[in-house]
Amino acid sequence: MELNDIIKEENRVYKRPALLTDETMHYCPGCSHGVVHKLVAEVVEELGLQEKTIGIAPVGCAVFAYRYIDIDWIEAAHGRAPAVATAVKRLSPDKMVFTYQGDGDLAAIGTCETIHAANRGENIVIIFINNGIYGMTGGQMAPTTLEGMVTSTTPYGRRVDLNGHPLNITPLLALLPGTCYVTRQAVHTPAATRKAKAALRKAFAAAMEGRGTSVIEVVSTCNSGWKMSPAKSNEWMEQNMFPAYPLGDLKNELTPNVEK
Amino acid sequence: MTEEIIISGFGGQGVLSMGKILAYAGLMNDLEVTWMPAYGPEQRGGTANVTVILSDKPISSPVLDTYDTAVVLNQQSLDKFEPKVKPGGLLIYDAYGIHRRPVRTDITVREIPAMDAAVEMGNSKTYNMIVLGAILGMKPVVDVDAVLRGLKKTLPERHHNLLPLNEQAIRRGIALTK
Amino acid sequence: MKGNEALAHAAIRYGADGYFGYPITPQSEVLETLEELMPWDTTGMVVLQAESELAAINMVYGGAACGNAVFTSSSSPGVSLKQEGISYIAAGELPALIINVMRGGPGLGTIQPSQADYFQATKGGGHGDYRLITLAPATVQEMADFVALGFDLAFKYRTPAIILADGIVGQMMEKVVLPPQRPRRTPEQIAEQCPWAITGKPASRQRNIMTTLELMPQAMEEINVRLQEKYRIIEDNEVRFATYGLDDCDYLIVAFGSIARISQKAIEIAREQGVKIGLLRPITLWPFPSAEIERLAARVKGIMVVELNAGQMIEDVRLACHDSVPVYHFGRLGGIVPNPQEVLDSFFNHFPQN
Repeated sequence: MELNDIIKEENRVYKRPALLTDETMHYCPGCSHGVVHKLVAEVVEELGLQEKTIGIAPVGCAVFAYRYIDIDWIEAAHGRAPAVATAVKRLSPDKMVFTYQGDGDLAAIGTCETIHAANRGENIVIIFINNGIYGMTGGQMAPTTLEGMVTSTTPYGRRVDLNGHPLNITPLLALLPGTCYVTRQAVHTPAATRKAKAALRKAFAAAMEGRGTSVIEVVSTCNSGWKMSPAKSNEWMEQNMFPAYPLGDLKNELTPNVEK
Repeated sequence: MTEEIIISGFGGQGVLSMGKILAYAGLMNDLEVTWMPAYGPEQRGGTANVTVILSDKPISSPVLDTYDTAVVLNQQSLDKFEPKVKPGGLLIYDAYGIHRRPVRTDITVREIPAMDAAVEMGNSKTYNMIVLGAILGMKPVVDVDAVLRGLKKTLPERHHNLLPLNEQAIRRGIALTK
Repeated sequence: MKGNEALAHAAIRYGADGYFGYPITPQSEVLETLEELMPWDTTGMVVLQAESELAAINMVYGGAACGNAVFTSSSSPGVSLKQEGISYIAAGELPALIINVMRGGPGLGTIQPSQADYFQATKGGGHGDYRLITLAPATVQEMADFVALGFDLAFKYRTPAIILADGIVGQMMEKVVLPPQRPRRTPEQIAEQCPWAITGKPASRQRNIMTTLELMPQAMEEINVRLQEKYRIIEDNEVRFATYGLDDCDYLIVAFGSIARISQKAIEIAREQGVKIGLLRPITLWPFPSAEIERLAARVKGIMVVELNAGQMIEDVRLACHDSVPVYHFGRLGGIVPNPQEVLDSFFNHFPQN
């Protein structure tokens, strides 16, 4: 069979999402951010929400998220994305507003904004990338850094007596009456990626229906910060991150009795 | 015409609202008015005072150091503001809770037994309206009708059933000065 | 009505789109009045009590980025917390209105009136080279009027404006004439008037991005140069001040906000004694009325600057008149409000009259 016989529309099984821009991503090879960006672009496109979607970018590795997805964006101050999103959604209730935040942004400096936006039940989606480390600033300890994990500010490993416990914030958000859908996903395998995409679709639809706050944690790797190869990072994540941050829905009030 | 008034007493005595009604009455009489409270963190107790200026000219400073009229409802207020009354001015006080009486002779000093009158009326909450009436009786800077309209404006609608009682108290206060 | 209440009424009538605030004495009546008036049922204005001043100012940032007329209010310690967000709003060239009803500091300080945040408001306040159009109301009427003025200037120049009031003008009651109710702008009007606004990307335009991050120093310098050019235009066009008794004065008092009124009373008393003092009350603290002060300095024997702080605006007065005449300061600190006689005593102390 010739190449030209194969490259035909009817044989296409995958295409690049139209809403991903042509910018070359600054993320390290193997980073989870690129996959999650692609999923967001796909979901916005498939739901036909480009005109209605406003993204709120964080401070952290995803600070340049606005370069890569072809929608309107606001870049927020560190930790303040849920506050910014609150105002945007309240002033324009017909818009689909999501924040995209890392663990430092969401669970350290922005804990207050995160909890209060979720508790008010703002009709927004919070996408939470948890890789247990501050990637952008060079690999310092994050609130979600595991006990014993080596970072540049815990060079001998995180010690609970010195640094406190890893902050498992997502179950906390699930406790709040303002949240309607809280789930923990990963994008390290094609199957996991498909599930994460389904979660995003559900959350975006819930925000448009005014059901309350959705939180999608994506347990992620940071091979640069973890100082491992991408493949090894995935293995390490499965062995160490997943036991501390197990995948699955923590709360789902969207489809009662179906997935519980 | 400019009338510079200070009303001072315990928080909870209705000092600020007395001033507020006076200020609204001034508005109704087309006067320029300022109402400047000395505010504190406490809602009850402590001392509270309010400076009310009524004038037919634009008012510059809302903060003053001497007054045409001082209305003092406790000892601290009397001690503080008796020396601040302009010569020829007016000092109104209630002897209730006062152990040192005013001493100045270059001003008009008028004792108003407002607390006794309030007890007689069977409602201690009418106290500040009796005092307000006494101010009007001594210094009719605004007319009583305007005061009653000012009262209606400052009282939340759910309390409008109390308007007749308050009017009675104001008239009782005026009568005390005659 | 109280100055703080006037702010709330005026904002609704301006057609403001949103208010985000956090309670703090002596300005909580702004939020309280808005909640009581329920403008969401009438004009559709959003009112939200935020979880902190930080959250509130970032809500303002988000709302302003979408082209909305949004504002926040606080008092000194709370305004310190807002500085990060104000810097972002200035950097993003967003129109927004911030209100500071000042109280005495530093630290948690006192809840009594003060003007000690002059430096913070007029010199930027947060990080980076930026300015805020700073309006100083002296009357309850100006509290109401400056809401519209602040919003209009903020939108005209795409830059944040601040109403720098003090506890006196926030808490006192005076006669006030409120402006007529204006309709809020429609989403179509916002999209047309603010083509930069984050409104969701239609097929008809490129996506809009509101960011204050620029890692290339050359590009960041260009942004700064553009900001500075804008600030020079504002300085050339938006200076505002009020005067009293300037025609025949031998001395000048410069004071802003409510202390200017106390100073005016002192001047009235001085004039009864034959001493001719004039008053210049800057209404815009930035841009500062430097040219007018320079002009007046040439014909007076001396200047006294009266402030509720340890001497902040006096620096701008001295810069304006190049110390060509003696410039003295009188101020009370930490929430103490002087009366007219104290102001006058200080004046005669600095400028003895035989």
